[in-house]
Amino acid sequence: MNLLCEIGNGALSITAVLTGLGLVFAALLIAKLISPKSYSVKKAEPYECGIPTRGESMIQFKAGYYIFAILFLLFDVEVVFLYPWATVMRSLGVQGLLCIAIFMFILILGLAYAWRKGALKWE
Amino acid sequence: MFNFGQWTTAFNNWLLGIGVADWLTVLIECVLIAVAILGVYTVLALFYILYERKLCAWFQCRLGPMRVGKWGLLQVFADMFKILIKELISLKGTDRFLFKLAPYIIITSSVVMLACLPWGNGLQIIDWNIGIFFILAVSSVGVLGILLAGWSSNNKYTLIGAMRSGAQMISYEISLGLALMTIVVLAGTMDISTLVAEQENAWFIFSGHIPALIAFIIYVIAATAETNRGPFDLPEAEHELVAGYHTEYSGIHFGFFYLAEYLNLFIVSGIASLMFLGGWMPLHVPGWDGFNMVMNWIPGPVWFLGKAFFISFIIIWFKWTFPRVRIDQMLAFEWKYLMPFSLANMILMAVCVALGWHF
Repeated sequence: MNLLCEIGNGALSITAVLTGLGLVFAALLIAKLISPKSYSVKKAEPYECGIPTRGESMIQFKAGYYIFAILFLLFDVEVVFLYPWATVMRSLGVQGLLCIAIFMFILILGLAYAWRKGALKWE
Repeated sequence: MFNFGQWTTAFNNWLLGIGVADWLTVLIECVLIAVAILGVYTVLALFYILYERKLCAWFQCRLGPMRVGKWGLLQVFADMFKILIKELISLKGTDRFLFKLAPYIIITSSVVMLACLPWGNGLQIIDWNIGIFFILAVSSVGVLGILLAGWSSNNKYTLIGAMRSGAQMISYEISLGLALMTIVVLAGTMDISTLVAEQENAWFIFSGHIPALIAFIIYVIAATAETNRGPFDLPEAEHELVAGYHTEYSGIHFGFFYLAEYLNLFIVSGIASLMFLGGWMPLHVPGWDGFNMVMNWIPGPVWFLGKAFFISFIIIWFKWTFPRVRIDQMLAFEWKYLMPFSLANMILMAVCVALGWHF
């Protein structure tokens, strides 16, 4: 049962999104109006524990994170595929269970391969 | 069970009855909903800040904030106003647009998740029939905000913090999804209000045998990592990275990250309360009729909030008990132990349900 079944979920979701955006906007506006403003060259520098920053900060970063992001993509898509099955699991019964077992077996094989190849090792 | 929906239906009928046009009714109701969300969001955030400060003080045998108001109850209001009047420092070399976009994304994703949680029978704003799936989807948008904040700040600490946070949140999201899927397998629906309604006689943590219990434990661990807390707080490890991805944010900009962090703590606890501990359903023991009747007198929202605060208490407790893990330990723990384990647990639950071994 919805709080207001007269309004669709879509409209309510948009209301929630607008509320979030409005909250940030309004709070920023109030802060801009009442907060002090001053500028100095030193203050505008990035804070890296007081030592002057060296080199570029927006750089290409460690590839280790990238490997985990690819693995995440695989397994998150798997989770997305499994959710519809989980919902109708009871009506599919044992046959559906066997079918999904094959699907999962292939995925676990993939995880085992990644593990064996050392993709899960952080170095 | 009392249905809060009848109040809103009555209000809607009254608005239409006094001759307000259809579109205006919808508009008025949407505005009221927005005000309600804002109120709940702020009150919860304030409550949680005080809750955590007091709890962590008690864990360390301190008193916590005591000066402002009785037992320091007004401390959070003082903090909020202080943070509002602080200067918004504009920095050199930041990516201005992304820097300002990040708080919008983080706050909006937590507001939408908050609107999805039912507090009582009919006391829910967004009620998709894919409810829990929608929440998972929205929660992954929050990661974007953190990555943007870290990247656009032009600071090496924020970059490392954001990368760690991204790796951690996307990794533990899989376990989180699989643990919740265990309950979806048991219940056969993704609609949160139906899920809770099915727990009238026995909460899923009891009716789901051992798989549900394991799923609950996995969920609490993964949720701790998802909210960047406890032993998994290495994205903002203050001894290494100053403050992690929000180092360069000042004033209310920082306040947004702070708010969203506490709201996310409430949201993950709320989901645990709804999916495993029966949400607004009272505790029933079969056969104890007198006890069940007394329990029925306690209103639903009190049950929901009580359970959510209890889970939050456990998550806050983690932080003061376990030392922080290293990043390799954190990733190895997820990918080598937690994820295969939660997958196996989900299959176990599917077998249990297919063979009819559940209550």
